[in-house]
Amino acid sequence: MILPGRRVKRLRDGSFELRLSRQERAVLAGLPQQVADLLESDDPSVRRLFPPAYADDAGLEAEYRRLMGDDLLASHRQALAVMEETVRADRLDRDQLAAWLGALNDLRLVLGTRLNVSEDMSGVSADDPRAAELAVYGYLGWLQEQVVDALASEL
Amino acid sequence: MPIAAPETLPPETLPPETVPPDTLPAEVDQPTDEPAHSPDRPWITIVWNDPINLMSYVTFVFQKLFGYSRDKATKLMLDVHYKGRAVVSSGTRERVELDVFRLHEHGLWATMEHSG
Repeated sequence: MILPGRRVKRLRDGSFELRLSRQERAVLAGLPQQVADLLESDDPSVRRLFPPAYADDAGLEAEYRRLMGDDLLASHRQALAVMEETVRADRLDRDQLAAWLGALNDLRLVLGTRLNVSEDMSGVSADDPRAAELAVYGYLGWLQEQVVDALASEL
Repeated sequence: MPIAAPETLPPETLPPETVPPDTLPAEVDQPTDEPAHSPDRPWITIVWNDPINLMSYVTFVFQKLFGYSRDKATKLMLDVHYKGRAVVSSGTRERVELDVFRLHEHGLWATMEHSG
């Protein structure tokens, strides 16, 4: 059972307390590595992490891929690695929490793409074959919202 | 994008409630008084709606990357959500390409084009 309540609390020293239950950490552990592994593949669900910059110019798009593609891949890898390494941590510094924010978003983009989610998911029934993964997707969004709130309070 | 993640986690784990998509054709001001391929005409950064990125997250990213006020970032986010797209920055090709890259780093669906 996952209890409601704030999961990310900003502390006076500028760091953030991560109040996640053992069950939540068990759900989260391994997810960043799974997506990091997918980054090495040509799985269609990770293409969403690499959108085209030039939608109507193949030449400029190829140049963008050549110049920026590796940096974009490295950026996603870095965020996922930080979340994987700190998934059991009780405290995160600001940079680590920012990495969690990016990693949570990457997890949702890949999972949401794979599940073909739409903006209106209210009609999904409990016996939908996607129900278990949609529950994880919903949880990740709920947690990401809290991370946004914690970081936005500093802007 | 979904309106928001649920305020509180549902008992056990149900998918979040979201609102129906409500996207309209884009309305972007396009300068029409310049010849094609004018070097003076800036490039523009466009962010497109998608069903996954949270509204609060998109607003946060606009504030963080561009230094926009919360009001301006929220207005741009709402344009993305309801009109399907919004122009979030403009400038030289190099500058806009960097903006697009930073938006891609944050998982937003951004493209760039030569305005007009």
